[in-house]
Order: sequence, then C-alpha cells, then structure tokens
Amino acid sequence: MIEVENLSKIFKVYHHRKGFFGSFVNLFSRKHHVVQAVDEVSFTVKRGEIVGYLGPNGAGKSTTIKMLTGILVPTSGSVTVNGYIPHRQRKENAKHIGVVFGQRSHLWFDLPVQESFELLQRIYRIPETRYRYNLEIFDELLNLGDFFQTPVRQLSLGQRMRADIAAALLHNPDVLFLDEPTIGLDVVAKARIRQFIQKINAERQVTVVLTTHDLDDVEKLCKRVILIDNARLCFDGELATLRRLLSTERLLSVDYAEVYSDISISNAHVIYREGARAQYRFSPEEISTADLIGAILQKFKIVDISVQEPDIEELIKTVYEDNSLIVPCGETK
Amino acid sequence: MYHLSLYFHFVKLRIRSQMEYRLSFVFDVFAQASISVIDFFMIALLFNRFKELAGWSLWEVGFLYGMIGVCFALAEMFGRGFDVFQRNIVRGDFDTVLIRPLGTFFQVFSHEFLLRRLGRIAQALVVFLIANSQLTVTWSITKVGYLLISLVSGTCFFIGLFVIGATSCFWTVQSIEIINIFTNGGVFMGSYPFSIYRWWFRHFFTFIVPLACVNYFPSLFLLGKIELSGTSPIGVQLAPFAGFLFLGVTMLFWRWGVLHYQSTGH
Repeated sequence: MIEVENLSKIFKVYHHRKGFFGSFVNLFSRKHHVVQAVDEVSFTVKRGEIVGYLGPNGAGKSTTIKMLTGILVPTSGSVTVNGYIPHRQRKENAKHIGVVFGQRSHLWFDLPVQESFELLQRIYRIPETRYRYNLEIFDELLNLGDFFQTPVRQLSLGQRMRADIAAALLHNPDVLFLDEPTIGLDVVAKARIRQFIQKINAERQVTVVLTTHDLDDVEKLCKRVILIDNARLCFDGELATLRRLLSTERLLSVDYAEVYSDISISNAHVIYREGARAQYRFSPEEISTADLIGAILQKFKIVDISVQEPDIEELIKTVYEDNSLIVPCGETK
Repeated sequence: MYHLSLYFHFVKLRIRSQMEYRLSFVFDVFAQASISVIDFFMIALLFNRFKELAGWSLWEVGFLYGMIGVCFALAEMFGRGFDVFQRNIVRGDFDTVLIRPLGTFFQVFSHEFLLRRLGRIAQALVVFLIANSQLTVTWSITKVGYLLISLVSGTCFFIGLFVIGATSCFWTVQSIEIINIFTNGGVFMGSYPFSIYRWWFRHFFTFIVPLACVNYFPSLFLLGKIELSGTSPIGVQLAPFAGFLFLGVTMLFWRWGVLHYQSTGH
C-alpha cells in the first residue's frame, strides 16, 4: 500500500535580505545552509495497518508525511502510495488519501462545517448517496450535528478536529494520514478520536499512518510503530517489543511531609533528594507502582506524589542504548 | 464543466462573505471609484498646460487610461488569489491546496474574488466612455471584438504579473515588492502613449513585459493612429495576443515554482 525506499529530504534554508532591493537580490542569491530533514528512510505499510510514526520534535515526521501526501518533493529516494508517486501523480494520489494535520485545519475558515463538507463533496465528486451515508455514520460516531452549522473559525479545538477527520474521510480514502491528531485535546476528546480511528480502520480497512507525541495514542491504536530520530529511522517493529522498553523504568516523585533521614525503599533507587523532596527510579517488573506507593505510605507521611511515564524522547534514548533494536539505515525489516 | 461549475461555486461563496457587511461594501466601492477619479484629474491638469502629448490629445490619453484601468481592476478582481498569495505561504495554507485533487493554479485562482474592485472598474469605464464620446471612432463589430480581446488580454497580462509575484514566494516566502513596479507602475506607464518613452524602455515593455501590447498598440489600431506611430500594422493588430502568451509563460513558471515549495515546519 505504501512503499518508501531510501527517502531523503534536504531543505535549503535561504538567508533572507530585507527591504526592497534585498527581496530582489534574494531571487538570485544562492546563499543558504542545508538541513537534512529526512535521511534514507525506508519502510512499507500493508493495507489495513495502523502504523505509529513517532519521534521527537523536528525529527522529520511531518516532512515524511508531507512527502507521502504529495506536498513536498523528495530530494532522493522513492515513494509510492496506492501505486501512485505522490509528487508526480499528486491529483490522482489525492483522490485516494485523506490528510489531517492537528496543527492546521484543511476546512474553509469562514464557512460553516456543512458548507465545507458540501464543497468537498463537489471537489471529490462524491455521489450523493455515499455522501449522505458517510455523513450519517460520522455524525453518529463524532456528533457532528452539534456544530454542523457553525463556521469553522468558531469551533473549539476538539470540534475542529472531529470535523477535520470526518472531512478527510468523506471521499472514502484508502489511506488516512494523521499528523498529531490529538495534540492539545483533553482526555475525553482524545478518547473519542481514537475510538473513531479504530472503528474506521476496522470497518473500512483504511490504512492509517499516524504521527504523534502521545504514547497513549500509540498504545491504544497501533500494533506497529516506526521510530524516527534526527531524520533517521531507528526502530521499526511491533508495539509489543516497544512496550517491553516502555515498561522498563519509571520515575516517582514524592514530597514528604517532613525531612526523613532514611528514605530508602526496596526495589527503588533514590536518584534525587533535596529537603523533603525525593525522586525514585523503579522498574514495574520488580515492583508495581501500587506496591511502591503502598510501601512509601506505610513508612512515611507524604504531601504529594506523582509517577512519570517515559516520554518519546526518553524512549528513543532507550532504543539507542539497546543496539539490537536499531534498524540499520536503508534496510527494511 | 466540472472546473467551471466549481469556479462559480467558489466565487459565489466569496461574494457572499464580502456582502456580509453590505454597508461597508457599498461604501468601499464608492470610495474606490471616487479616489481613482482624482487620478484622471491629474492627467487632465497636465493637458490643461500642454494641450497634447506626442500627438495624443487629452481624450485619446483618456482612452488609454480607461483601457489600462479596466484591465488592472479586472485583474485585481479575478487574480486576487495570486495577489495575496504571500499570506497563504506564510500561514502554510498551501499544504491544503496540494492535498486536493485539483490543479494548484486553478485552486489559487478560484480561492479569491475581490468584488469591491467594481468601483475601480466603473471609474475607468466611465473615463473610457467619456473619452470615446469626445473622439470620432467608427466602431464596427471587428473593432468591438478587438477591444474586448484587448481588455481580456490586458487582464491576463496583469494576472500574469501577480502570478510571477506569487511564484517568487516559493523561494523568498515574501512576495517580491519589485513586482509592484510592473503592476501599479504599469497602470501609470500605460496611461501615457508609449512613443514618449526611450527606445530601450519601449522595447522592454513590448517584447519582455508586454505592457504596450495590451493597451497602447490596440489603441493605435482603434483610434486609427497606426500610420502616425510608424509601427507595422500587422504587429499592432496581433499585439493583444501577447497578454495571453505572457500569462501562459507565467503559468509554466508557476508550475516549476510549486516543485520548490518547502512548506512550513519540518
């Protein structure tokens, strides 16, 4: 369904001159520096898969998605989506994909949702019966009716996201690209979006490529993940493998009610201590979070306690430390 | 048909949103019309002193002025999408254009429609009609057709300039200001007979940036002044097509530019 081979993208960042003549000189000047945003990335995605494409900020996630959707022209390497080369057969490709960017709406800012949808119906030439049918289903799952007559600019972030995802699926695409679809949403809204993606994937066999920062998204949605860091692919495999990494270590921060001389707890290491505040590192395989908190409560009085999950940045660090997981560049698993 | 009906649909939506504040819209149209009236008074004042300019009377110059004014205002009305394209690039809205199964040129073209330029069109048209009433042009069907082709060609010419400005955004993000020399400056230059300019200037604005082809040469033909100017009659009669050609070339430039789009963020 999606085949990516040795895909690279190099951006030339031009140094801009200001002013009237500056802008003219800019046209001809070649003064720039080079940023490698994606470096020799290869992977394939089969029909009906949900793949999480993860990485820290600026790792090249969005750039990859933009090359898969025909927005950017790759510097080298090859991409095919549904058999189309996105940047050469952009319009053909566009008919068969749906795209959602969490940071930006693809709908018409000053039009009500309904009119935006009707415009899409015209643009994608969606037959009336299919349009009605889709709309009914999406409304049922996402409650579009609540804000169907509201101009897009007046929607809340959660509503806008729902509208955008529904809009991207109106023309029954085979592949859905989601770039940070849950960014900035509250827990309820996130859950709703995830359920919807799951359902659409299961019922319509829509292939989903998802970039995200949110490990919860990944755990709920993806069987397979691809990790990218510093423009390079560093992991491609089952989420189960990744989950083993995920569960390795967690941090527990505690504010004690008073300063204790000995705050050691078995199976947890004190990694930081200052006054009544302490931080422990522990592995859920050795001691569960509940047991650890129980042990602390038994011995001490506390004011506040919190557990930190490793975030994507830490996860990538772990992947790097365990060399067996790193996929050598240019090879597909 | 698909594109045409889509275009009309987009325009309908644009007009509707511009009419949302009806009073402000009407005021705007009138303000534009009356401000640009001052424009022509400046030229009229000049003629109060000199009576004629390189063999052109005030009303003949009014003819030139009216033609170029209508073309430019029409271009601003239809080509608005390219005129304000910089905004789309800065916001990253061009991503949206690229994920739709439609041509990029078509989408940008149909994205905007500036109805309030009606005021400017009306003003230029009035000057043109008054000028015409003071002149003795014998209008035939051929001449009317020729005039209409010239006006469309002139509109295409200015849209082509907007397209160049828009395309430059793919590299510089900001539209190059120098393009205003040709657009706003073009209206000014085109309001006077080209015979008053130096030869290199005339040639540049005939063969490279064909400003002279869309109102000066057509006016020579329509006003029966070809012999006076010493230009070849066939060249003058074919001149209006340069505007279409110019737009065609800028469309190719646009297509090439799109391949260099870098989007925003990485």
